[in-house]
Amino acid sequence: MTGRIHSFESFGTVDGPGIRFVVFVQGCPMRCLYCHNPDTWGAGGKSFSAEEVAQTALKYKSYFTGGGGVTVSGGEPLLQAEFVTELFKILKSHGVHTALDTSGILFDAREPHKFDELLSVTDLVLLDIKHIDGAEHKKLTAHSNENVLAFAKYLSDTGKPIWIRHVLVPGITDNDDYLKALAEFISTLKTVEKVEVLPYHNMGEVKYEKLGLDYPLKGVEPSTKERVQNAKKILGSKK
Amino acid sequence: MQYKQWEGFTAGKWCDDEVDVRDFIQHNYMPYEGDGAFLEGPTEATQKLWKEVLKLSEDERKAGGVLKADTKVVSTLTSHPAGYIDKELEKIVGLQTDEPFKRGLQPFGGIKMSEQALNMYGYELDPQIKYIFTHYRKTHNDGVYDAYTPEMRRARTAHILTGLPDTYGRGRIVGDYRRVALYGVDYLIERKKRDKDLMDGDMTPDKVRDREELSEQIKALTALKEMAALYGFDISQPASNAKEAIQWLYFGYLAAVKDQNGAAMSIGRNSTFLDVYIERDLKNGTLTEKQAQELIDHFVMKLRIVKFMRIKDYNELFSGDPTWVTESIGGMGVDGRTLVTKNSFRILHTLSNLGPAPEPNLTVLWSRNLPAGFKKFCAETSIATSAIQYESDDLMRTEMGDDYCIACCVSCMRVGKDMQFFGARANLAKCLLYAINGGKDEVTLDKKTGKHLQVSPEYAPILGDGPLDYKEVVKKYEQMMDWLAGLYVNTLNLIHYMHDKYSYEALEMALHDTQVRRFFATGIAGLSCAVDSLSAIKYAKVYPVRNDEGLVVDYKIDGDYPQYGNNDDRVDQIAVWLVKTFMSKVKSHYTYRGSVPTTSILTITSNVVYGKKTGNTPDGRRAGTPLAPGANPMHGRDKNGALASLESVAKLPYEYSRDGISNTFSVTPASLGKED
Repeated sequence: MTGRIHSFESFGTVDGPGIRFVVFVQGCPMRCLYCHNPDTWGAGGKSFSAEEVAQTALKYKSYFTGGGGVTVSGGEPLLQAEFVTELFKILKSHGVHTALDTSGILFDAREPHKFDELLSVTDLVLLDIKHIDGAEHKKLTAHSNENVLAFAKYLSDTGKPIWIRHVLVPGITDNDDYLKALAEFISTLKTVEKVEVLPYHNMGEVKYEKLGLDYPLKGVEPSTKERVQNAKKILGSKK
Repeated sequence: MQYKQWEGFTAGKWCDDEVDVRDFIQHNYMPYEGDGAFLEGPTEATQKLWKEVLKLSEDERKAGGVLKADTKVVSTLTSHPAGYIDKELEKIVGLQTDEPFKRGLQPFGGIKMSEQALNMYGYELDPQIKYIFTHYRKTHNDGVYDAYTPEMRRARTAHILTGLPDTYGRGRIVGDYRRVALYGVDYLIERKKRDKDLMDGDMTPDKVRDREELSEQIKALTALKEMAALYGFDISQPASNAKEAIQWLYFGYLAAVKDQNGAAMSIGRNSTFLDVYIERDLKNGTLTEKQAQELIDHFVMKLRIVKFMRIKDYNELFSGDPTWVTESIGGMGVDGRTLVTKNSFRILHTLSNLGPAPEPNLTVLWSRNLPAGFKKFCAETSIATSAIQYESDDLMRTEMGDDYCIACCVSCMRVGKDMQFFGARANLAKCLLYAINGGKDEVTLDKKTGKHLQVSPEYAPILGDGPLDYKEVVKKYEQMMDWLAGLYVNTLNLIHYMHDKYSYEALEMALHDTQVRRFFATGIAGLSCAVDSLSAIKYAKVYPVRNDEGLVVDYKIDGDYPQYGNNDDRVDQIAVWLVKTFMSKVKSHYTYRGSVPTTSILTITSNVVYGKKTGNTPDGRRAGTPLAPGANPMHGRDKNGALASLESVAKLPYEYSRDGISNTFSVTPASLGKED
């Protein structure tokens, strides 16, 4: 089983607990306006077998002692669920902590067990809820958030630990009403260990230029410290 | 006990007619496992004094880099009367000349260099001094040039050997300045006299030199006492309290920097030693924590204003005006106790009390077993000041024991027991180009013929339009390294012979055991560039591009190749091979005074200058652009994050690079995580 890989980061410190080897997979169905990795959207990437990726990650096992492990991010890992499942199986057999950084967009409430095998070898889901409001979510990502919220509920019901991540963008998500609605939704979930507020940054802009794409959020400034604090307060994000 | 100054200390072989500072520390120090809560801020005197220093620094900047320079008085231990910043405020005294920020005249390395340096800053060397040092007193530099072979000069001109200590002081020698405090100078003189008496028998040239050097050492110790006397101190006897211990120790170091304008003038491993004195005074009630911190602050202030008169190119080479006053801190003892004491905290705390500064180069000897409180304090101080250097104690301790120190940036030696002959470095990236071009330099032209300079003997170059054949290149590279290693070692043999002869570090060596272990410290520049070039030749197709002379001056690369810095064994093992191979070739040669050959991979800033002198390389690097610093991957080629990059570097065999491996690594706090 091979996967399409965008890149590796051997020293990930922001995608899950501890020091993490992060696998960025290639390909994503979402087109989030603020996406800072537009280079992971389309086809391309390099082919690696699950075994190759696992062996590369395991080179760093000695760094995982402080609670770290491997995170698969992207791109959208669920696009290559079979590959990720195989990768996580190998990693679990070596006792490595696994985290899945996903938007949940490919979840389907009509066949909820589709990802069960993957989840059985996933220790933690980093679930990125882009927007709590259905209409706004569509504007922001070109998709409805129905599957995302259903996935969150499914994870909660099946007892899977979740870290909720939420990107704070001035004029889009940075709005007290939306934040409160999101907080309310989160409060219905039983397995949320942490809520992370990710302040929007425009460091992805250069990538758009390189890819010859227009940057949709041109002129949007990063959130102020106060607004980030405010969002953290509302979302009750554990420090 | 022999001296009343030792009352309250636990006896050991250190006080049984032996000079053994480590034994003293082991019997008397108190490991500290707590946090930094006990630390005190700066006193009023400290703040005032530091303000005066800052003012002087500001004046110095405004004056173009040098505030004052001596043009008449040759710097020796006793050449200048006592100098002060502000006598009333200073708890620790002593300046290199009679005024703060006035740079001394140190012509023993080379009178031309001294004159050039003065001229560059608008000063005129006293004609009489120039006359004396041209007609009556030969310098190290003159000696070297009298003996250099034409080949050595070519290698130097072409910069395949770079930064050689042939016009300046070699530095890197660290006296055990603690001995001055613990034993007093009289006992040290007595011991050296005994050593000299024992040095008898057949007067071989070696023995004659040893006896002469011991005489010089004894004279230097006598001068050290006189120097201290100028400041009103009698240091013939041991220091009797913390203030004296710091003062005695500092006098030892001050004498060294008055005597030598060395490239790196490191100070050793002193803070835990001094803690013993501070603890004794605290216990006796004769010192408070506030006062203890003040003493350390004032001591560090002095180390911050060590200055040398150097040419501007030197500053460019090192991106600043470094003195490398490296102080090694912490580490673990071989018995498992930590060598961290409260004074390890105090010396790092100077970065908060006085604000961050590059000197002294505070270097924490890091072990995974260091106390958690100290680790946390280091991390906090690093975040706040970015001014701490870290080195692996776990790696060095196995070989060096627990009383070694760092000279310059990574070079370790047992304090007072080892010295080294600093050897700058050989450019292995350029050496690879020589292998391809049969030893013709790709940049430097022969002044007579206008053609590219033939530096090595005329080896057969690689012919044809390529692609380059890896096996052939490696074979020729090995031959060229054979030549280079031999030339390099012999150039250094010659340089250090002359340095010993004309600019011997009598005072520093007086603070070493007489039977000292000597290291022959070679160095490698351009490692990652050479390694990536070999990888390109091996895994991609590299076509030579020739000029009219037929010389390869550029390379076309067809295809991808694995690059060093991505934890990829295909290329990382080439790096391991290169270090081992070059070092093995160095080792096969005679080295001066029975010294132990070592090598380092540590150019931290001079990589930029070395890059300027190196043509296009087969890895795609353009002529004139920087080589990577130390053992770093080439800029921007490590694409898998920090650990992959560091893992590549960590594969380099320390056993073959005993003088140190450096990797320059910058992180922003945010990239280490989202939380405090």
